[in-house]
Amino acid sequence: MSELAIQTEQLTRTFGDFTAVDRITFDVKQGEIFGFLGANGAGKTTAMKMLTGLLTPSSGTAKVSGMDVYKEAEGIKRNIGYMSQKFSLYDDLTPEENIEFYGGVYGLRGQELKQKTEELIRSVGLEKFRKKLVRSLPLGWKQKLAFSISIIHNPGIVFLDEPTGGVDPVTRRQFWERIYEVSNQGITVFVTTHYMDEAEYCDRVSIMVDGRIDAMDSPDELKRTFNASSIEEVFIQLARSAERGEG
Amino acid sequence: MNPIVQISGLSKNFGKVEALKDVSLEIFDNELFGFIGPDGAGKTTLFRILTTLLVPDIGSASVLGMDVVSDYKKIRPLLGYMPGTFSLYQDLSVEENMMFFASVFGTTIEENYDLVKPIYSQLEPFKDRYAGNLSGGMKQKLALSCALIHKPELLILDEPTTGVDAVSRKEFWEMLHVLKGEGISIIASTPYMDEANQCDRVALIDKGEILNINTPKNITSEFKKPLYGLKHPNKYELINRLRDFEYSDSVHPFGEFVHYTDERGKIDTDELKNYLNVNGIREPIIKQIDPDIEDMFMSLMKPEEMDV
Repeated sequence: MSELAIQTEQLTRTFGDFTAVDRITFDVKQGEIFGFLGANGAGKTTAMKMLTGLLTPSSGTAKVSGMDVYKEAEGIKRNIGYMSQKFSLYDDLTPEENIEFYGGVYGLRGQELKQKTEELIRSVGLEKFRKKLVRSLPLGWKQKLAFSISIIHNPGIVFLDEPTGGVDPVTRRQFWERIYEVSNQGITVFVTTHYMDEAEYCDRVSIMVDGRIDAMDSPDELKRTFNASSIEEVFIQLARSAERGEG
Repeated sequence: MNPIVQISGLSKNFGKVEALKDVSLEIFDNELFGFIGPDGAGKTTLFRILTTLLVPDIGSASVLGMDVVSDYKKIRPLLGYMPGTFSLYQDLSVEENMMFFASVFGTTIEENYDLVKPIYSQLEPFKDRYAGNLSGGMKQKLALSCALIHKPELLILDEPTTGVDAVSRKEFWEMLHVLKGEGISIIASTPYMDEANQCDRVALIDKGEILNINTPKNITSEFKKPLYGLKHPNKYELINRLRDFEYSDSVHPFGEFVHYTDERGKIDTDELKNYLNVNGIREPIIKQIDPDIEDMFMSLMKPEEMDV
């Protein structure tokens, strides 16, 4: 496995004459927690789609877990984890069935799948609810389950798209402690969020403005550079300079 | 002061789910009042009762001096309501949506143009665009314009800033302050605790219960224990070591700091520093800090009941 989980060079995507992502160049190290911030419409989603093998770039290069986004998009999809706020657990299946389904999709079979399912039910603490429908679980539990499922195949990197939207402050923190754990095991975490305090939990943060990455550093360094007391202040300074309307 | 909303002993169940449990409170004329709580707290159920869309099981509520059940027809024209999910016509243009809502309430865009102008003028360059093709921030502005077009006395906004970036959120609250200046009373809900500071008063709500009601300044005054903020580059280990500490009461990551309370209340910070030093957390920063609304919220929250 390469030392870098993500490596991009001048990565660009245009739609007609609109440049959604404008020559972004950045690296993410293996095991790092990388916060990917930007205003609505700054180009985050388009960039994420390219990095997860869902959208072919217009120009530039990018490798994810050592694989080329142009030539090995299918390989990338198999080797990354992905979870979004609108996570895709099946509401009318039980936690156990969801785990078996996704484990199967990612190629786990037989004894290995069984063992993985047990492990996951235990680590999330869902023993009592294994036979209940996911629909009946509180939101925070669904989120924990969705996150654990997103890394069931031991990916080198997991993409989390606003994973904590709407949950209570305690659950939100439990979720971040799980992120620390996962990163401690060597999995790279690439995360977007609108909670600016969560940006402070990241090892490094990038901030997109008008398709470009206008700032990238550790939270402490960013605050020093921009002479700000919080990442929220840094964000507002940068995002206010945006010229691109969000219409 | 004149209460425009009076809620007393209100409960609402959906099957086995208790969405609201014995809620009582008053909201006053020209207040900007916030309900702060996570998904599933009961915010939307409460708003649907106040907007006369849902009937309570127990208790009563009055809005603008009228009962939400018996006087619903009189209440509705006086309210502006922005639901949590985008509820405009996606296949009508920006201007057509505005005209539609104006005509439903028996008015025109022109008649109340001054009121909506600060918001609607930002949308006018796109007035021929389908509402479905607007970005999140623009949809939100259009929804607010449509809720305002009949000059309501009370505006009820269900999570207007959810999923919106920090800059747009700030701008949205600035708009609400302008509307308050026009004499409109506003009730808004949000899952972002920091937005409490934008309100005159807030109610913290969780699992159908009101945890506390106060001004944003005073709401943290009831925090029970001295609070300490700790900082160290290895946050993960810092959290684990603090949890292991024999007098540990609560440990929560909070941005760049970790917030800690001790079972014994006030502590000698040198003792804690020594403990951490010995356990591999060298030279942590420790200082006593003021709690914020999120600290308060977490201290009031009841543990999750897992009888699904």
